[in-house]
Amino acid sequence: MIQIKDLHKSYHMGSNSLHVLKGINFNVKEGELVSIMGSSGSGKSTLLNILGMLDEADEGEYILDNVPIKNLNEKIAAKYRNEFLGFIFQSFNLINYKSALDNVSMPLYYKGVKRKERTERAMHYLEKVGLAQWSHHLPSELSGGQKQRVAIARALASDPKVLLADEPTGALDTKTSYEVMELIQGINDEGKTILVVTHEDDIAHMTKRIVNLKDGLIIDDSPVEQIRASAHV
Amino acid sequence: MFDLERWQEIFETLSKNKLRTFLTGLSVASGIFILVILLGFSQGIANGVKSQFEQDATNRVSVWTGVTTKGYKGLNPGRYIQLKNSSFDAVVNEYDDYLDYRTKDYMIWGGTISYNNETGNYRVRGTLPDNQFIENADIGSGRFINQSDINESKKVAVIGNKIKQDLFKGEDPINQNVQIFGMNFKVVGVFFDPGGDREEGQVYIPVSTAQKVFNAGDNIRNMAFTVKMADDFDEAVAMSNAIALGIERKIKEIHTVAPDDVSAVRVNNTLEQAEKIYSLVATIQAVFWFVGIGTIIAGIVGVGNIMLIIVKERTKEIGIRKALGALPMSIVGMILQEAVFVTMFAGLFGLIFGLGLLELVGPLIESDFIKYPQVDFNIAITTVFLLVFAGALAGFIPAYRAAKIKPIVALRDE
Repeated sequence: MIQIKDLHKSYHMGSNSLHVLKGINFNVKEGELVSIMGSSGSGKSTLLNILGMLDEADEGEYILDNVPIKNLNEKIAAKYRNEFLGFIFQSFNLINYKSALDNVSMPLYYKGVKRKERTERAMHYLEKVGLAQWSHHLPSELSGGQKQRVAIARALASDPKVLLADEPTGALDTKTSYEVMELIQGINDEGKTILVVTHEDDIAHMTKRIVNLKDGLIIDDSPVEQIRASAHV
Repeated sequence: MFDLERWQEIFETLSKNKLRTFLTGLSVASGIFILVILLGFSQGIANGVKSQFEQDATNRVSVWTGVTTKGYKGLNPGRYIQLKNSSFDAVVNEYDDYLDYRTKDYMIWGGTISYNNETGNYRVRGTLPDNQFIENADIGSGRFINQSDINESKKVAVIGNKIKQDLFKGEDPINQNVQIFGMNFKVVGVFFDPGGDREEGQVYIPVSTAQKVFNAGDNIRNMAFTVKMADDFDEAVAMSNAIALGIERKIKEIHTVAPDDVSAVRVNNTLEQAEKIYSLVATIQAVFWFVGIGTIIAGIVGVGNIMLIIVKERTKEIGIRKALGALPMSIVGMILQEAVFVTMFAGLFGLIFGLGLLELVGPLIESDFIKYPQVDFNIAITTVFLLVFAGALAGFIPAYRAAKIKPIVALRDE
């Protein structure tokens, strides 16, 4: 599903240059649940942003679902993001003046789906994350865990190939974290490819494979025995 | 632009950000409102002043006399200059080619006039037929003084509409006799005057009759002329000035008055005054325009400012939308369409409110100098579009920049 070869990325701040990714190679097959770990500054978020086409690599090859991702203009990047990717952020990034339902239907709006169908599909995904009865609440009326579940529903709404989660449990307490992970595991069980960036060991061990990053290089990449989150809830 | 889905999205955004929408709208609506009111009143002032001048012919030159203040050719100061029929004839002889209408008046300020049991005090003016046009008097019924009245010194009177109302109480005054100082005069006409009650409260009789019945000999009080108008206003003013000056010199010569004695002979040139007043009105209008344009600029800056803040405030939202697959242009379009919709709606609201207020309050204003305040609708609607355009432009630049920001940067924005 994802093939990455010799990926490099530097940030320039004035005269200083910061080499964040120093040649990343890895592949993700369809249906995998991978966690990317590393201390802060290891480049894990940068890698995820490049995978998510929110940022561009300086060098290297990135192939997503057999489509080479390079020299993207804004228009194509937007189209790919909409078709291929679903994002889950640490800080949820819901639009605060829109109801849960409207937030979930947003990617469908940009996909050009008509309003009626949009609402139906958004409702379906809200049901899936167990928030159907909260559909008309604003994000400010929801708890952190609920917000993240709305964000997950939103990420799923356009039926993307890959879900990218950047510290999805970073702003949540342990119990809620496990609930969210349980949801993510469930989605993975249905065959969706998911990448999770985290720095928490217990969260990482709820995935099927851990990629360890240090100073812009992969130092360890090994499958793990998945711990079901439901055992902890 | 006509995408229903887009409009739904925009209405949703606007209705969920009521304060922001309201403030943007308020600055636009108040700008347009103030402009409309200012322009309306500037037009009202112009109308008011114009109607003041409509009381009499604008190209009028009138001559009054007083007491000399300077000795001249052995004559003492303090001498009253009495105009005579001959002074009038001399002026007419010399300037006849340049004059349209001419009159000499002999008047009694407070004349007792009665009809049956009704009595009142009115100004009685002996005059020539031309005075009808110099005073801009409109004949309501009957006729004005004519030449045969003058030649035969007939005892006929043309009364103002006010006198008709005061004395005749709805009766038709034509061919009735009124008593002026006890003498019977036949009413031959009723006139209206744009000057209103003050002017309509007088009686015109033939000047020859007035001189006879009031024992005035060939004395006259004043004379008035209208000068032939050149097509060009400035030229007309120049000519009227030259003639006024010539008449003044002529009269001073006849009556042996020092050329620099300003109080003995006064020549009043309406056109010159009109020019001054019109330029004053033009200045007032220019000031109102200036203030109005200033208001609009303030409105534009206000809208631009609000747009900047809106874009800044929504940077993160823009990042989210882009992460979800929004095209940069759809984001610029969304922000612009919102801005245009709000400014247009608020602008039209301010316009209608301003026009409505003028329409409502205009007729209630009782001032001689403000009449029928009104606004050229085209000018008003143009300013609305100007404001909308400026608001859109002010919104476009930050929106375009925001849409160019990488989503990752926009999302990092807290």
